[in-house]
Amino acid sequence: MSRAALLVLADGRFPAGGHAHSGGAEAAVKAGRITGASSLEEFCRGRLHTAGLVSASLAAAAVLGVNPMELDAAADARTPSPALRVAARKLGRQLMRAARATWPSVELDALAREFPKGAHQPVVLGVTARVAGLDAVDAAHCAAYESVSGPASATVRLLSLDPFDATAVLARLAPELDRVADQAVEAAGRVVDHGVDALPSASAPLLEIGAELHAAWPVRLFAS
Amino acid sequence: MHLDHHHDGPAAVSADAHRPNGSRRALRIGLGGPVGSGKTATVAALCRALRDELSLAVVTNDIYTREDAEFLLREAVLPPERITAVETGACPHTAIRDDISANLEAVEDLEDEVGPLDLVLVESGGDNLTATFSKGLVDAQIFVIDVAGGDDIPRKGGPGVTTADLLVVNKTDLAPYVGSDLARMAADAKAQRAELPVVFQSLRTEAGVTDVAAWVRAQLAAWTA
Repeated sequence: MSRAALLVLADGRFPAGGHAHSGGAEAAVKAGRITGASSLEEFCRGRLHTAGLVSASLAAAAVLGVNPMELDAAADARTPSPALRVAARKLGRQLMRAARATWPSVELDALAREFPKGAHQPVVLGVTARVAGLDAVDAAHCAAYESVSGPASATVRLLSLDPFDATAVLARLAPELDRVADQAVEAAGRVVDHGVDALPSASAPLLEIGAELHAAWPVRLFAS
Repeated sequence: MHLDHHHDGPAAVSADAHRPNGSRRALRIGLGGPVGSGKTATVAALCRALRDELSLAVVTNDIYTREDAEFLLREAVLPPERITAVETGACPHTAIRDDISANLEAVEDLEDEVGPLDLVLVESGGDNLTATFSKGLVDAQIFVIDVAGGDDIPRKGGPGVTTADLLVVNKTDLAPYVGSDLARMAADAKAQRAELPVVFQSLRTEAGVTDVAAWVRAQLAAWTA
């Protein structure tokens, strides 16, 4: 594997559309659930162990060669909110474009052909990591990190939060992030043997509800 | 990038001049510039001027609402299915320059759904003087400033003023009321831009968007040649 390829893929400036999404932070800020660095940390911790774990497991399983169609259906089943399913597919489509330009491959072309309007983002992330020569644990780290880095950078914009405080939140979460990535790789291994039902299905009802409310706002800064 | 030009290939990656089915895609022209300079009004006027001779569509990049798209819909400059709004996550310049994926999708979806198209206008959200479009998104760009924003803007330069394929100085009818010196603006723009063209326009006069529409027609002629 190339360690540097992981840096390219995990870079927040990788042009895959993430900048327009808050990962539920905009809804949580409006509802008063995120008001500063400590509540941002609690929000991110919750997201990491729910949506983050599921995303990381999907991505890791895709690296191990599990059928992306089956993973995509499993992601649908684990995403009750229609608005979040739409957002995940949009982000998957945008990542697919960036990935195909960055690591041209037959496998990504086939995925784009199969899902012209986008597959769930973690599935695309996993296939991308695979063609970039990365391992399941790398893709899991990437997905887990994205599950908290998106809300953190969005909160900097939404609350004018001190950017150093937001980054310190991410650093404090790092040990937990490592553990979630390891759990995801274990789960992905079980998927190889037992099928996609072995994927974790942790969910955060407030994220789902918040996403539905957010999608109906007439004025908002972020797409989700 | 030229990854797939055969029929039924996966979607294009970036500024690819051909669509997946092998046909040549529409010309894409970006319109950027500061808040309130008249980008949306210029897009509306261009649509009215060109819609009878060209197959047109518009992508707007509103910062936090759908107001620009809704203005164009309300003015009925094009049928609603030809106008798409992209959400930009509080950073309009990111969506047109650093991470263009959402805009590329909007452009391609328009071509798929209402095409074939001759021309897609991509309007940026109002931003600062450094905001320019990526060459991966548009083929040419127009930077719109206005006389009321200060007649020193051409002198100050910046990427938009200096490098845009066309600089439009809008609202010239207001110049006497805000103390802007049009001759000085023209001289400063010439100094910054050398041979790149500049149009002074007022959409409240009869000539309106005529010069800009002529420039767009010339771009399209070059694109299809």
